[in-house]
Amino acid sequence: MEIFGIPHQAFLGQLLLGLVNGAFYAMLSLGLAVIFGLLGIVNFAHGALYMLGAFAAWIMLDKFGISYWYALVLAPLTVGALGVVIERLFLKHLYKIDPIYGLLLTLGLALIAEGIFRELYGVSGQNYNVPDLLSGATNLGFMVLPNYRAWVVLVSLVVCLGTWYLIERTRLGAYLRAGTENAPLVQAFGINVPLMVMLTYGAGAALAALAGVLAAPIIQVNPLMGSNLIIVVFAVVVIGGMGSILGSILTGLGLGVIEGLTRVFYPEASSIVVFVIMVIVLMIRPAGLFGKEA
Amino acid sequence: MKSSFNNRPMTPAAKLLQATYLVLLVFVLVAPMLGLYPVFVMKLLCFAIFACAFNLLLGFTGLLSFGHAAFFGSAAYITGYFIKSQNFTPELGILAGVLGAGLIGLVVGYVAIRRQGIYFAMITLAMAQMVYFVCLQAPFTGGEDGLQGVPRGALFGILPLQSDTALYYLVVAVFVAAFLAISRIVHSPFGQVLKMIRENEPRAISLGYQVDRYKLLAFVLSAALAGLAGSLKTLVMGFATLSDVHWTMSGEVILMTLLGGVGTFFGPVMGAGIVITLQNTLADKVGSWVNVIIGVIFVLCVLAFRKGLIGELQAWLERRRAAAAPKV
Repeated sequence: MEIFGIPHQAFLGQLLLGLVNGAFYAMLSLGLAVIFGLLGIVNFAHGALYMLGAFAAWIMLDKFGISYWYALVLAPLTVGALGVVIERLFLKHLYKIDPIYGLLLTLGLALIAEGIFRELYGVSGQNYNVPDLLSGATNLGFMVLPNYRAWVVLVSLVVCLGTWYLIERTRLGAYLRAGTENAPLVQAFGINVPLMVMLTYGAGAALAALAGVLAAPIIQVNPLMGSNLIIVVFAVVVIGGMGSILGSILTGLGLGVIEGLTRVFYPEASSIVVFVIMVIVLMIRPAGLFGKEA
Repeated sequence: MKSSFNNRPMTPAAKLLQATYLVLLVFVLVAPMLGLYPVFVMKLLCFAIFACAFNLLLGFTGLLSFGHAAFFGSAAYITGYFIKSQNFTPELGILAGVLGAGLIGLVVGYVAIRRQGIYFAMITLAMAQMVYFVCLQAPFTGGEDGLQGVPRGALFGILPLQSDTALYYLVVAVFVAAFLAISRIVHSPFGQVLKMIRENEPRAISLGYQVDRYKLLAFVLSAALAGLAGSLKTLVMGFATLSDVHWTMSGEVILMTLLGGVGTFFGPVMGAGIVITLQNTLADKVGSWVNVIIGVIFVLCVLAFRKGLIGELQAWLERRRAAAAPKV
């Protein structure tokens, strides 16, 4: 069977790969959007936190024999705690000044993290084996589905929708959204806004780290994996606009799929297709697909 | 309006500044005789032009471009290609690089000025990444190896540039010309409008200025000058590589400008000097720690001295003058 002249197995394989990439885009752009909403900071270090998550999982397994399943919880917690420290030490001094400085400071932090891990582990990747339970593939009849890839898409969908539910449907989320609109007023109602801001950054960092752990068995764990990804995620954020949570999830997944399809039909353009889409969207709808501001 | 600028008697501070510039220029002119390695000073001057070009946009127009490596790097490639493969003379090769960078700047700027602030930075970063991938895959860039062994040739076909000394004075001349050009642009009525846009864009719009046109022109000028720096760098070093067009280069030029002083004239030159010197002296000794050090400088700059070295110096002189002035 062929789809548009491409063997359907290759076609569906790339589609799935695109969906996996899209899941990472969605998780990372979600974290970026939440952090930007409350802190007004474009977190360039998001890619580095993703990298740290993957390395944390790898180090846990390699040095301490901690399995994937524990790392799935422990690595995000570790990186989240680091995020809290970063917020307390650095970011809290920046809330009243031009957001550009937040970008530059987090860029500096990303360079530091990358430099340290490059010095320690070099630029070549470290292998992280797929956990036994998820290794292998399932034959669905029309295609062979690698179990781990399906797992990644599933987990990230659950996490993304969970985050959406938390922010849009719970009391805590209501505080968060109110804080995004008008922090001093929320503070006046007796809510500890600085604490909320701190935990938000920590949660964003943990989300990035979780994406890193999920990615570890699929790609080589290496110090530069984050900065290569974060620029694409920035483009995803520009395309989606940071106004809506569901919007960033949909944009992330959609762009991953489009990228995967491009790899089938015109591989040379697959690394730039997201940027091209960004340009087109900016021409037609400068605020982004789901953006609100003018 | 113009005459009032020119006829104003010079303040002692302005005289001091002019004297400092003269001393620095004389120093640069005699530097090769003092035993300073000319290729190092040339590289430094190329990056100084790059940082000044970037500062024209960030410091005097208030736009943070995170994609200036695209202009620097693509000009480096274009110049290298035309000199090496098409046997262009150096000045024509540089011209091609500058025009190419300006053209790419026109496209990137046209898209990016649709958004402001932090989005502007993200869009320029994304578009520069696109240029990076094009340079990685295009047939004439040499892929991962880059363009190596670009000959220096002879200026106008008659003045050979093989000797470091000959090329050195050419680079100094181009640097002085670029520095003066930027100073002229900033002090022109056009530059005043740019400053107004930086300070209060809605007001500029309400006064009837076509803000987008001014921003775009500033962006193209900045891109072309960044291209000049990249072209010159290819001529000096003899190669153009992917690191010229990589996003970390965009980060470095931001750091140079921030470190020296955003919106000051000499700050970017000083920042470029410090960063290039650091990289040159540390690269062999500490390896990847250079990036860590650069990251630390970034963090310190943002937290402790956002005005940069020159900016803080100016602020300090200002405070001292205010303290010395008789109270009224």
